Amino acid sequence: MHKYILRRLLLLIPVMLGVAFIVFTMMYFTPGDPAAIMLGEAASEHDVERLREEMGLDRPFIVQFSTYIKNLVVHQDIGRSYQSKKPVVTAILERFPTTLKLAALGVLVAVLLGIPTGIISATKQYSIFDSASMVAALLGVSMPNFWQGLMSIIVFSVWLGWLPSSGFSTPMHMILPALTIGTSSAAIITRMTRSSMLEVIRQDYIRTARAKGQKEFIVITRHALKNALIPVLTVVGLQFGYLLGGAVLTETIFSIPGVGRLMVDAIKQRDFPIVQGGVLFLAITFSFMNLLIDILYAFVDPRIKSQYK
Amino acid sequence: MDKNKKMLSINNLSIHYITEEGTVAAVQDMNLEVAEGETLGLVGETGAGKTTTALGIMRLIPEPPGKIVQGEIVFQGKNLLDMTTEQMREIRGNKISMIFQDPMTSLNPVIPVGEQIAEVIILHQNVNAREALERAAEMLEKVGIPPERIKEYPHQFSGGMRQRVVIAIALACNPKLLIADEPTTALDVTIQAQVLKLMNNLKKEFNTSMIMITHDLGVVAEVCDKVAIMYAGNVIEYTDKKSLFTEPRHPYTLGLFGSIPSIEDDEERLNPIKGLMPDPTNIPSGCPFHPRCPKVMEICSEKVPKDTEVSKGHFVKCLLYEE
Repeated sequence: MHKYILRRLLLLIPVMLGVAFIVFTMMYFTPGDPAAIMLGEAASEHDVERLREEMGLDRPFIVQFSTYIKNLVVHQDIGRSYQSKKPVVTAILERFPTTLKLAALGVLVAVLLGIPTGIISATKQYSIFDSASMVAALLGVSMPNFWQGLMSIIVFSVWLGWLPSSGFSTPMHMILPALTIGTSSAAIITRMTRSSMLEVIRQDYIRTARAKGQKEFIVITRHALKNALIPVLTVVGLQFGYLLGGAVLTETIFSIPGVGRLMVDAIKQRDFPIVQGGVLFLAITFSFMNLLIDILYAFVDPRIKSQYK
Repeated sequence: MDKNKKMLSINNLSIHYITEEGTVAAVQDMNLEVAEGETLGLVGETGAGKTTTALGIMRLIPEPPGKIVQGEIVFQGKNLLDMTTEQMREIRGNKISMIFQDPMTSLNPVIPVGEQIAEVIILHQNVNAREALERAAEMLEKVGIPPERIKEYPHQFSGGMRQRVVIAIALACNPKLLIADEPTTALDVTIQAQVLKLMNNLKKEFNTSMIMITHDLGVVAEVCDKVAIMYAGNVIEYTDKKSLFTEPRHPYTLGLFGSIPSIEDDEERLNPIKGLMPDPTNIPSGCPFHPRCPKVMEICSEKVPKDTEVSKGHFVKCLLYEE
């Protein structure tokens, strides 16, 4: 098990280099000159040129990229923001707890809604509850995040006046963003749980459990759920990763100061180090999430545990 | 046969599956009896209604599409079909337990085998979890698995070993009636013999009645006292083992014996029964076997045969023997 985790951690290195390369290349070819943006419209051609030189932006791609990687590997330094001059790591870490909280709340909403709904839908297949929740799930995946966010602001903040429309300071502030970001994941988790559960409750070992005289509730929660959750777990992990990266829209709509907003602003201002650092950071988080899920697998499914040796 | 105490009697039992394609009469007007300590063999092809009968006794027929249309299943003097779910749960795994066909799929893959055995003990006996696990270890030992392996998961065992675990679960609460649904079909031949021997020994030790579902006449010869041959939902011949092997009467039974190759004769080909099992939603009129029957008469497609007692305790559902 330890060996497996170590191997997975080592695998992160090439992944990170790859991500760094792709983001760096994309930013390099993005139109817009950071030096010109920093100096403002009034700056002279000469000043811009000098700043470009100072920032190393005039050097060839290969040189720029290898300097970036060298700094990353040797000094664990991914640069400073062009705008705020803060180290990128500091800028991201300042914002990250907010995004993490948002994504975690989103996943919590998704799991608390999705798993029970999926289980009930599967055990009462073709019932009214099942049909209703499948329609709701279809709506949930189909509704665009930003639209749903705006609609919920109109309904709950403007019309009803129940909940605040922006910010992320108190639990009241967190309700709408968490629901907005969690809805589509809840829908996906509902459908996954339902189909996985439907498959499991037809298995012979469920019949064995019933043949023991076990209560139906225990048959479902103990015998079926533990097996059905294995594929659901993967989806939950992936959704958490998506929510971390996809918090951008929700953060913008609800004016939440998270990593997503930081990156959107950085893209607008051609603040390359922040963008690169942000993407790298999200990629690492995503990979760690996946690793965590794979490790959790071993605790749920003994067959997988034996493969990890 | 009637000297012993009656354990189970099935009277006029019919079980149907109601599907969009039509109604399947999986079990039709069945009459069977099992006495204490006795083993009844239930023989027939796939789809003859053997497993449905077993699930019917356990009241585990999936409803819908399944439905017990008529009849009664009397166990220790009480009709199981009148019992509440609650009462039924106290019987399942406790007084009546079942061994399923495929040991590879009938154990829960994510729960250690010990806990799976202990579960049934906790459910039906007044013990705590620790005592139940101790009992589970004893059961494992009894079926020939080292008790140290109690914490292992099903995937760490071979097919034969898993079937032993299933047997341990079934026998953990000393059931009065054990239903074994083709317990050896999924195992290879050498393991089959071991498992059968094990079951026979345990059955004797606990004085359990047993219904052995099989399509293997060899298994019948080895373990059964009485045999019911099923065809398309009907018990077409029902007698004790000896008279089944010495004087089989129903043309289908004769066909079954005829399809076993003889060691003495120099046969090049097997002699199967001609034709196929009928489509379950479209059973032939009259005697369901008549389209394949070598002794078919004109009346066979019109009249449904009734149970005829050809000699004491030997029942045949065939118009050849009806007055």
